[in-house]
Amino acid sequence: MSDFTRDEFVEVLDTAERMHAVLERPIRRVPTLRGTTIANVFYEPSTRTRVSFELAGKNLSADVVNIAASGSSVEKGESLIDTFQTIQALGADIVVVRHSRAGAPELASRHLDCGVINAGDGTRGHPTQALLDLYTVRRRLGDVEGRKIVIVGDILHSRVARSGIWAFARMGAEVVLSGPPSLLPDTMASLTNGTGDVRIEHDLDEAIEGADVVMALRVQRERMQAGLLPDLREYARRWSVNPARLQRAQRHALVMHPGPMNQGIEISPAVAYSEQSVIEEQVANGVAVRMAVLYLLLTGEGRR
Amino acid sequence: MAENTPLVIRGGRIIDPANDVDRVGDVLIDDGRLASVGEVGAQLPLGAPRVIDAAGRVVAPGFVDVHAHLRTPGFEYKEDIASGTAAAAAGGFTTVCAMPNTDPVLDSRSVIEGLQDQIERHAVVRVLPLAAITCGQNGRQLVEMVDLAEAGVVGFTDDGRPLADTALMRHALEYARPLGLPVSNHCEDPALTAGTTMHEGVVSARLGLPGTPRQAEEIMLGRDLLLAELTGGRYHCLHVTSGGSVDLVRRAKARGANVTAEVTPHHLTLTCDLVAGRDDPVSAILPPYDGNTKVAPPLREQVDTERLLEALRDGTIDCIATDHAPHAVHEKDIEYADAAVGFSAFETALQSVLSLVHAGQLDLAFAIRMLTCAPARVYGLPGGTLTPGAPADVVIFDPDEETVIDPSAFRSKGRNTPLAGLPMQGVVQQTIVGGSVVYDRAASAPELIHAG
Repeated sequence: MSDFTRDEFVEVLDTAERMHAVLERPIRRVPTLRGTTIANVFYEPSTRTRVSFELAGKNLSADVVNIAASGSSVEKGESLIDTFQTIQALGADIVVVRHSRAGAPELASRHLDCGVINAGDGTRGHPTQALLDLYTVRRRLGDVEGRKIVIVGDILHSRVARSGIWAFARMGAEVVLSGPPSLLPDTMASLTNGTGDVRIEHDLDEAIEGADVVMALRVQRERMQAGLLPDLREYARRWSVNPARLQRAQRHALVMHPGPMNQGIEISPAVAYSEQSVIEEQVANGVAVRMAVLYLLLTGEGRR
Repeated sequence: MAENTPLVIRGGRIIDPANDVDRVGDVLIDDGRLASVGEVGAQLPLGAPRVIDAAGRVVAPGFVDVHAHLRTPGFEYKEDIASGTAAAAAGGFTTVCAMPNTDPVLDSRSVIEGLQDQIERHAVVRVLPLAAITCGQNGRQLVEMVDLAEAGVVGFTDDGRPLADTALMRHALEYARPLGLPVSNHCEDPALTAGTTMHEGVVSARLGLPGTPRQAEEIMLGRDLLLAELTGGRYHCLHVTSGGSVDLVRRAKARGANVTAEVTPHHLTLTCDLVAGRDDPVSAILPPYDGNTKVAPPLREQVDTERLLEALRDGTIDCIATDHAPHAVHEKDIEYADAAVGFSAFETALQSVLSLVHAGQLDLAFAIRMLTCAPARVYGLPGGTLTPGAPADVVIFDPDEETVIDPSAFRSKGRNTPLAGLPMQGVVQQTIVGGSVVYDRAASAPELIHAG
């Protein structure tokens, strides 16, 4: 995500608008990518992202194969590279990779001639999620520039946050990160190398003041076991996005969540299903954005 | 190999830090020993001496490496005695200390003797093994230190696996004290390094790779140094990497602890920025998440490399050691989190150290000292000097000649280096062990060595 320029973001978002128009037709299918093959290779279970890529491909008339792989090279005894070379040899034009290890898509692209799309790698990045978040905000609020985006939760372990921070910052938004310090190291404010407006405010009540967008991230129980959090009760008291806190944001503020949600922990149901929530829209927009990414990758020359 | 034929190294710049020699002259080797050093136009002995023209080159004691992994026994697919010592010779090293994290671990006299037998048969440079501190590096039971010392080991370490048990480290230092051999430890607190793959900081945050802070090293090193004080034991700090570690070593030395410290060429010259890749087309391109940048302890930041260099210059750090750690391709070209740690460093160490010389940060004679008599002194080893009468272990190199680091030409089986493709300076011409030329650049044919 870090090497996307502002113009490239705009290009993807504009293309996604055109794809969105396709989705609103009675027959949601265009022949654009007929004859191409997309392989979804998921080393981690993910219904949402996998189905989104699958539908995106099918809407563009590509052939889509889903491959549920498991384990890393070491656990599995077959190297990631061998797996991908096999898939390429079988005729894939694009490989969509979800993997538990940061950098796995780079490893794949070093050894493959076909395109590689990162569908989430470890705690590192989830670029198409960031694009769809950007797209969702732009559709609802118009310009992203100058908007205050609050991202709250387990930033340390969040690939969504890592990609989102880059995307929103580069588009000129004010990005405020919130959460307990054990899940939000100071280095996260330096993620974008001093470009863009990114800062940390551990106190969510302060952070949310005047926000245009509030994005809650999933908090996992494992964080308690690892000693990063005392318990989820205290977490919810301090960092849950609830109606009282949301009052402090702008009246038009959007509530986002990349899913899956822990209701009552990082987000209260009253907020998740409120008028302000765009969580379902995020999912729907994901298809349009991924259509745009597939289209640009297969008809242009970019590679991610 | 005609080692009894006299050998004359003619007209080189002789740098022998142990004897404060830095002059142009000849070196005469006879019967495997240094006969005369520094005379110009030395009288040729009778017979037909071999002559090496060293004009324009540096003639120095063969380098001594007190920290190398030769992977034998058990991991010969990574390195064996023949390939490892050929690589050492190609890098100018004439004495290397072999780390005991092998399979089986070097933890008993019989394993050491088995290794010594292989060394006898296959090594082209001198190899001196270290033994583990604990049986099988299990962190629980001390090895038979006295027996191992009698068998010829030069020190004790569980390197590769931190010895976390504070009481056991104390007892190891106590028990080994009368032997006079250094005890050393891979200092990284296991609780702080669990699941991590690189130095913790902005780069790790950006790459989404869990990081280990400097303090993981400093906490354990600090503990060990305090135990060295407590016990009066002889302790050596392996590969210190941070400014904080330097402060700890300095403090321990000031308080009279019997401690020494080493630093690797890579921790002196490289930083964790490399994990994010290097896209400078003038030098070599390195992709992000390349397993060849992964090492433990990890590459740190510029503030650390600066402090390490300063500590090397002021004597807080006693010597340079390579931590040569060869691995097979399939252990490096995989997911970063799963990649093995370490660099194949014998054949890049001189170039890395010379880069500091060329940058004006180290004096050439001092750099050679850190690679010769200084490490020899740390472990009480012979060698590292050109004192007449000593065994003729000599390296001849051109410090200025440009070269491009080409792992495919390494003698080591390990091609794992983050320096691949980088233009650097420094080329070893000949390496001589006990009067025998064990590496000659002109005669080098790496393809043959690696065939089969």
